[in-house]
Order: sequence, then C-alpha cells, then structure tokens
Amino acid sequence: MSKYLFIESKDPFESNDTIQTYGLIKELQDQGHDLALFLVQNGVFSSRKKARESLFSQLLGAKNIAVYADDFALEERGIGTEDIFPQIKVAPIEALVDLLMDDGRKAIWH
Amino acid sequence: MPKTLNILIMDPPYESANTATAFRIIAASLEKGHHVSVFAYEGATALTLEGQMGHPNPVKKTSVEEEKHPLSKDLVAGLFDLAHRNQVTLNWINCGMCVDERGVGNWINGPKRGGPPDFVKAVSGSDQTLVIATSR
Repeated sequence: MSKYLFIESKDPFESNDTIQTYGLIKELQDQGHDLALFLVQNGVFSSRKKARESLFSQLLGAKNIAVYADDFALEERGIGTEDIFPQIKVAPIEALVDLLMDDGRKAIWH
Repeated sequence: MPKTLNILIMDPPYESANTATAFRIIAASLEKGHHVSVFAYEGATALTLEGQMGHPNPVKKTSVEEEKHPLSKDLVAGLFDLAHRNQVTLNWINCGMCVDERGVGNWINGPKRGGPPDFVKAVSGSDQTLVIATSR
C-alpha cells in the first residue's frame, strides 16, 4: 500500500476538478492506501458541516484517511471550528510540513 | 533529522493565494530545520524582482508608509534570512528562459539563474517534491 498526501486548495463549488480529485481520493481510499487530505485556501469551504458535497462527506471517517483543515485559511474565511465536520482536524501549516516530510508519502497539490 | 523539500511554484506576484501558501510552507520547513529548494517557473520568476515598490492606498487614503504594502521580494528576502538564522539551505532558482521572456532579471540577492534540468536534479536530491501549478 502507498502513502499519499493530497493538498486541496479549491472550493468544490468553484471548480469541478475538485470533484474529480475527491473521486480519485475515494478510489485510493477504497483500495486501502494510507491517505492524508489537507485543505488549504478555498479548499476549506468543503469542511463546513452545512456544505452539500456528498463525495467529500463520503471521504470522512474511514480508517485510512486523515483530513486536516488549515487553521489560517479557516480564520481568514470566518469559519469556526464548531462549523466544520468533527472528523476534520484543524491544523497549522507545520502539520502540513510534517506530512510532506513523511518518508515515502507522495504529495499532490490541486 | 533535517530533510530537503523541493518545491516548484509558477504563479506571478500579487495574483494567487498559492504564493502565500507556498511561502508559508517554505517558512515552516526552514523553521523546522529542513533545507528547501525552490524552482520559480514562469510568472513566479517575478517574485524576486528588485524594482518592486509599495504604493499608497487612495481608497483608504493611506500613505506608502502607512500601507506597508507587502512586497514578494521582501518576503523572499525574509525566507533567506530565516534560512541563514536556522543554518539551513534555501536554494532558489529562477528559470532563466522565463526570466528573459519577462525581463525580470534584476533580482534581489539570493536567487540563482537555472533551468528545468536544475529542477530534475532537485527532484532526485530531495526527500519530497511539491509542484504548485498555476490553474484557473
């Protein structure tokens, strides 16, 4: 099994590519790979509990995926920790660096 | 243990949140004691252009000094200072052809001129490569 880090910078309601990225992550998740998804910039909009993006919701909660939201991006957009899905960890950019430096983890920016 | 992050950036200054995120990743990596290689490609070669100047804000009626406009060349200079303080390496390469096309060859101290082969070398010489491509 491989390790992947997806860094999602786009809002799914702004770019349809984002749905394709979620789809790729879901396929890798179903295959049992070790996944991390780090939301930055407008990517954090999908972390909101009230957002209606069913494919993103399906990613949450599986054992082989950890989902993070950049604390700076959340704060910039006025999204409180109480507003996001409980499965998502609020994390500083240093946590993203740790994931990048994790041995053997492939990093993909979108 | 120090590792090396190789990062490719493409966005020109003052246009994309990608630049701020890239700078934050680079700064956090240097703070953690990692070495960083940056390959500035296409519009990103203008990030280090020395002639950048701040400006007043006529809407807010603030002066240049009051506005404290953040300039990308100063932010990059700050990254070099951070690397020096932490005794780690920041290797910043501006793509030469991209520089020539844009006439942005007068840059601050620190960056070097190079080309895609330097990026390929950095890929094999680093622990991780992150490509932040321009997309609209």
